[in-house]
Amino acid sequence: MTDFLLELRSEEIPARMQAGARENLAKLFAAELAKAGLSAGEVVTYAGPRRLALIAKGLPSATEAVSEEVKGPRASAPPQALEGFLRKTGLTREQLTERDGVLFAITEKPGRATAEVLAEAIPAIVRAFPWPKSMRWGAESASTESMRWVRPLHAIVALFGAEVVPFEIAGITSGNVTRGHRFHAPAEIVLTGADTYVEQLRGAKVLVDQDERAAIIRDRASALAAEAGLELVEDEGLVAENAGLTEWPVPLLGRFDEAYLDVPPEVIQLTARVNQKYFVCRSSDGKLANAFVCTANIEASDGGAKIVEGNGKVLAARLSDARFFYETDLKTKLDDLRPKLEKIVFHEKLGTVADKVERVAKLARWLVEEGIVTESPSRRREGLGKGRAPSDVASGTVPPPSPPASGGGELADLAERAAYLAKADLVTGMVGEFPELQGLMGGYYAAAQGEDPRVAEAVRDHYKPVGQGDDVPTAPVTVAVALADKLDSVAQFFMVGLKPSGSKDPFALRRAALGIASTIQQNGLRLPFYPTTIRAMGNADHGSTEMMDFIIDRLKVQQREAGVRHDLIDAVFALGGEDDLVRLLARVHALQAFVTTDDGTNLLAGYKRAANILKKEGVEGDQAWTAPTYTPEPAEADLIAALDAAEPKAAEAVKAEDFESAMAALASLRAPIDRFFDDVTVNDADPAKRAVRLALLARVRAAVHTVADFSRIEG
Amino acid sequence: MILTLHDYWSERGCVILQPYDMEMGAGTFHPATTLRALGPDSWNAAFVQPCRRPTDGRYGENPNRLQHYYQYQVILKPSPADLQDLYLGSLAAIGVDMAKHDIRFVEDDWESPTLGAWGLGWEVWCDGMEVTQFTYFQQMGGYDMKPVAGELTYGLERLAMYIQDVDNVYDLRFNDAGVSYGDVFLENEKQMSTWNFEVADTETLFDAFRKAAAECERCLEAKLPIPAYEQAIKASHTFNLLQARGVISVAERQAYMGRVRDLAKGACGAWMDKNGWAA
Repeated sequence: MTDFLLELRSEEIPARMQAGARENLAKLFAAELAKAGLSAGEVVTYAGPRRLALIAKGLPSATEAVSEEVKGPRASAPPQALEGFLRKTGLTREQLTERDGVLFAITEKPGRATAEVLAEAIPAIVRAFPWPKSMRWGAESASTESMRWVRPLHAIVALFGAEVVPFEIAGITSGNVTRGHRFHAPAEIVLTGADTYVEQLRGAKVLVDQDERAAIIRDRASALAAEAGLELVEDEGLVAENAGLTEWPVPLLGRFDEAYLDVPPEVIQLTARVNQKYFVCRSSDGKLANAFVCTANIEASDGGAKIVEGNGKVLAARLSDARFFYETDLKTKLDDLRPKLEKIVFHEKLGTVADKVERVAKLARWLVEEGIVTESPSRRREGLGKGRAPSDVASGTVPPPSPPASGGGELADLAERAAYLAKADLVTGMVGEFPELQGLMGGYYAAAQGEDPRVAEAVRDHYKPVGQGDDVPTAPVTVAVALADKLDSVAQFFMVGLKPSGSKDPFALRRAALGIASTIQQNGLRLPFYPTTIRAMGNADHGSTEMMDFIIDRLKVQQREAGVRHDLIDAVFALGGEDDLVRLLARVHALQAFVTTDDGTNLLAGYKRAANILKKEGVEGDQAWTAPTYTPEPAEADLIAALDAAEPKAAEAVKAEDFESAMAALASLRAPIDRFFDDVTVNDADPAKRAVRLALLARVRAAVHTVADFSRIEG
Repeated sequence: MILTLHDYWSERGCVILQPYDMEMGAGTFHPATTLRALGPDSWNAAFVQPCRRPTDGRYGENPNRLQHYYQYQVILKPSPADLQDLYLGSLAAIGVDMAKHDIRFVEDDWESPTLGAWGLGWEVWCDGMEVTQFTYFQQMGGYDMKPVAGELTYGLERLAMYIQDVDNVYDLRFNDAGVSYGDVFLENEKQMSTWNFEVADTETLFDAFRKAAAECERCLEAKLPIPAYEQAIKASHTFNLLQARGVISVAERQAYMGRVRDLAKGACGAWMDKNGWAA
């Protein structure tokens, strides 16, 4: 068994692409080996700014010889058949082997040297390598067909054992020579093999293992902060990024002028992180300290004094700019920025941001006045929440504007006010410079101009949740604005036909839809979908059904990812006619619990049997039920009695949204159904009996469907 | 510093050019970069180019933001295999000690929507400060580079601040006789910021934009790519001024940029045709 070492040395690979590159290298390498029938005992990949490497341990020296056998005609077959077979295999009669009167062509494929396989595999991998962005370079690039790599590729080391695996790609010949750190050890190094690779490069001031570099950055940065009596604000993203920017990481702690701490801490942290890739520190009181940790790529001859000084200066310039924006912004009231919002086009078909603000403010107020968003979470469950059936909408009747509910009051005013201010920070200097601070800065500015804290909070958090895993707002004012903003975006873009398609979702409507679903769900909001979407579409129906389906699709995806069985989701969603997400999910969760019980499994089996018979007999939908005119068999009578008892119970429970009880009621059908199938013949010779029994099964199906469409459930 | 860079790049086979006598937002607009980057011929040049970015004006109040500043441009086609080493050599030549300073190549892909150009490369950091834009052009004027050119753009003021160890651009020493950068340029920054943001007559500018665009097209019809390109530069700068005046809405912005791009692409195309190069 022999180890293989591959090193692809290039100019600086973007940090964000390194993890993906390791993964792809391992995947492509395994695929190439598999093609040749080889596999390695263990494959390790490394990535850093200037090299991508792979070590495969325990490869055989050659692939195994394979003997291929092709069956031919019988030895006694007519000559034409034999000739045909010889032509096909390219052999002569003498080369065939006869066994039990049948001719076989046997070809021996000898094993190939692994080095030879690798010499073909590596160029194939390099040529097919899927970089997110790649480029051409140098004289070779006179042809657009020239090789592409993420940045110019300089050298390739390929060693099988101690031997170079010889190949050439676009003028680069594989070898055993690399170079160390750009500044500390730029000379050539002759590599001896996979087992010494990491150590040889360590000697040349290159840590090839990204995890080792990350650990040094993480530990040393924390230690430096601790030595200064501070605590590092941990940031694994920064650790990985700095590990991707350095071959020999040397964290260094620096200070900035305390005066800059007047700037909101998020701004300082963002400036430090995004622009400079620095960590920030907290002092013992939990507040941001005037210290940063940068990660150098050299052991400087002066211990890093110049580097710290330089980095400190750059950060100071950045913070000075940030403070300038912050102080300038504070001079203008958010209300006075409105004329500027009128100049920003939200979308050419949907007017300006000021128009959007207008719509969102009205919608936020409406959500409160309708009792959808209320002051206390407990009251929300009793809210109106009476969904209009889809048929109302399909028939073209647009619901009249609801009468102003008595509720609302202060909450409605606050929601409207917050929505009115929510987008003003888009035209502030700070958000112009750091778009990712949208909302947050608005919150600061709103608080600074003396708005109600609930309004400031809503301005700050109304973009939430931004993607999965982000906090979902729970403060009532925030919920109203966050929901109204997202409902408006989805509804308005749907109205003008700009729906996401395939991978294209330029307005991030999927994220908005998921945000809507999570906000409704986590706050237990009783939000009747059709009236709400119609409201968001300006009291007209321009595809509200589509919009609801779109949001529900997002919800399904989210539930699937949360581990809810997709067939159960389908079983509930298939019932249709439901426009209340909270109720839908309660049902799905109850169903998930139920089908894993014994009762659930058996009821499902009974249901499936009943449904199959009905399907075979072409009995669809509800059947008119009339009690049998003949004397029913005992098992038949039992089932009728059980249904008579269970149906109202289940219906009652569903109405009360108590899906556990509804399912318990259905579970009582399990034994009677089993017995019915054991004792009673559905297809009786007497057509009257047959009709009654089919109708009875239809009752079973209908009863089960009050909870979920069990035909969609697998198993 | 400029002389050192001239010497350095001249010794490495670059022709040393003078600034182009037109207003432009970056050295990349210099025809010695844009037009000469196209086509198969080898081309190595270095030059200083004054740049005007009206929206970056800060009335002389920001320590490192200027509406008028200088770039040092190097263009090498095809991109040499040791371009990174050549570049580091030039830093050493102007006095950057790499045993004490942390030089880093940080991903920064370059794109000029108004030139229909893009490339991959880095911003080069010296102790966390961006001192150079380093780009391998992949497309120019919408045409694939055949071969690829390497472009280095040094921010001269930044490098000077760094080497002279000053925090404010206006404190840079222009000579050893006590003349500072501020003595030379502060008043210019104040007045030009005021003109760019507040005074420039927008009707005149709109008119100038239309005329430059029309003239560019006339030149293209006459198969004169260089004058056509000059008009495209003029239109581009006029557009930048209109932006600084805040009279171009977000929606219109795209349309204007598209217009400039079409002009620049037209000029590049005509240049390719004139030289008989296939796309």
